[in-house]
Amino acid sequence: MKQFSYTIQEAVGIHARPAGLLVKEVKNYKSTVTIIKGDKSCNALKLMALMGMGVKCGDTVTVTVEGEDEDVAAPALEKFFKEHL
Amino acid sequence: MISIQGKGVSAGVGVGPLYFYQRAKTEIPRYTAPDADAEWHRFKGAQTAAIEQLGELAEKARAEAGDDAAMLFETHQMMAEDLDYEEAIEGRITNDKLNAEAAVADTADEFAAMFEAMDDSYMQARAADVRDVSTRILGILSGAVQGGIASDVPVLLAADDLAPSETVQLDKSKILGFITAGGSGSSHTAILARTMGIPAIVGVGDALRPEYAGRPCMIDGATGNVVIDPDDMTRDRLLKKREEQLRLQRLLETLKGQENVTKDGKSIRIYCNIGSPEDVHAVQVNDGGGIGLFRSEFLYLNSADYPTEDEQFEAYKKVLADMDGKEVIIRTLDIGADKQIGYFDLPHEENPAMGMRALRICLTRTDIFKTQLRALYRASAYGKLGIMFPMVTSVWEVREAKRLCGEVRRELKAEGIPYAEDVQIGIMIETPAAAIISDRLAKEVDFFSCGTNDLTQYTLACDRQNNDLGRFYDPHHPAVLRLLKMVTENAHKNGIWVGICGELASDLTLTETFLAIGVDELSVSPRAVLPLRNAVRMTDTRESAPRLLAAIDDEYPESL
Repeated sequence: MKQFSYTIQEAVGIHARPAGLLVKEVKNYKSTVTIIKGDKSCNALKLMALMGMGVKCGDTVTVTVEGEDEDVAAPALEKFFKEHL
Repeated sequence: MISIQGKGVSAGVGVGPLYFYQRAKTEIPRYTAPDADAEWHRFKGAQTAAIEQLGELAEKARAEAGDDAAMLFETHQMMAEDLDYEEAIEGRITNDKLNAEAAVADTADEFAAMFEAMDDSYMQARAADVRDVSTRILGILSGAVQGGIASDVPVLLAADDLAPSETVQLDKSKILGFITAGGSGSSHTAILARTMGIPAIVGVGDALRPEYAGRPCMIDGATGNVVIDPDDMTRDRLLKKREEQLRLQRLLETLKGQENVTKDGKSIRIYCNIGSPEDVHAVQVNDGGGIGLFRSEFLYLNSADYPTEDEQFEAYKKVLADMDGKEVIIRTLDIGADKQIGYFDLPHEENPAMGMRALRICLTRTDIFKTQLRALYRASAYGKLGIMFPMVTSVWEVREAKRLCGEVRRELKAEGIPYAEDVQIGIMIETPAAAIISDRLAKEVDFFSCGTNDLTQYTLACDRQNNDLGRFYDPHHPAVLRLLKMVTENAHKNGIWVGICGELASDLTLTETFLAIGVDELSVSPRAVLPLRNAVRMTDTRESAPRLLAAIDDEYPESL
């Protein structure tokens, strides 16, 4: 399993648009991607659950990536977070 | 005659029969469906159809209103195929033996309730998206006809409110005007109406009754007035008003290709303000004489990291080439204050309007600035470029910026990269300091452009973002006008030209004043070019100038 932490820079947090982009990105990989904020976590394929976490600008989330392509997926997702969130 | 008052959000007079928007039937059948498999397949079929429809809507929205509008429908698509949403519906069908319609409706309520319970108004509003998506699936399940206009003649369309998906689907050739019970000036309907030039009135409340349907109606989008069964006098008055508007529209059309010259032969240049290369089209359609302000921020705002020299070069080159030799003035990076960008990592400031912004950032982080200057000079080979620095307060800042321009030119020359030798360098006059020392600044540059929004804010010590300050934020204040006059005099004494690129430039009540002062150029949004040209051509400065200048200069003007 790979994991990284990221502090959200996007002013409105993980709102509909970036959440949609994230789901699209995660679909490219076989690994299971989980977003964790405090005691809440959700599968990054689930758009509405992701939006329901209410992640705001300045919140730090932990992202875990587990699966056969985790070595490729984790750095790609980290780059995605930096670019879009 | 029945008269109803609402809020006009898109000007123009509309005349036609009143028509109420027909919504798809919303009664949801609910029964026990023992064959869960069959219900699940019905749902999957409707879901697939909904996703397809949303894809078509996204493309329609992209064509009519751009990428942002399309993204809304793409998000709706993703909601329709969301795993949790699907699972919840599956549970209701398989475990509770509900029919597909009831399962979708209950699941929509469940997810909408989740968003409504969040402590964030943006997320609360997403409840409407879940409902919009679910209503679409329900409509397909029940075979209901899509809502719309079932009328052969164009109508004034009334509705309690219109969802974005409904507005996009409408046949626009059937619409003479919009009237909605709810809504605001920033609602989707209002924005679309303004873009398309259709009159629109929102917020009429429940005064508009369904029994008025089909009756003759007139609306005035400027005043927000809706009249049903107008009497002869009202009818004549509004028809006359519509005629005048059409006449003005035709007059403006005839002004294309004409000069911006007063009756006594004084001419002024009318340029356009733009925010991205796509706006050049609007400049050409409205016959703008050039570009007086190209805000380069879009390159930085639409990017996840600093835009590269090549990215910038391509954007600048495109505008210069598209403008085909007409002057294009590009303002260097103007961020900070109300425009923040994450990757710049600017420290939080208590008072950002007076903080690290615009040229101050550029002179502090010269690597960012030089990348932009290189892109600008490289692009200069493709048209007539002017470079303009924002937020100047001192002579040394201008000298330092010019020194960096010189470095960039020498580098390009050494590398054998072509650039134009005649690039004009100018500055924004938007601080009282710059206006007061404009005599000295004029010796450093080729032109001035007055940014009246900030100049007003700083001169009157009035935060332009604070709506409560209303009457205190007065761009017609004599202090602002005196500064503009002084700046113009100092520019002309030193043989350079001066323009105005703030919102004030398109304020037609001041056009005569600007002509009297002797401003050389006004830069306005493309739509304002022809009305402004009209105002210039109506003016005779021999008659108005002495009076207007006295109003600015006199110690005891008559108007006090």
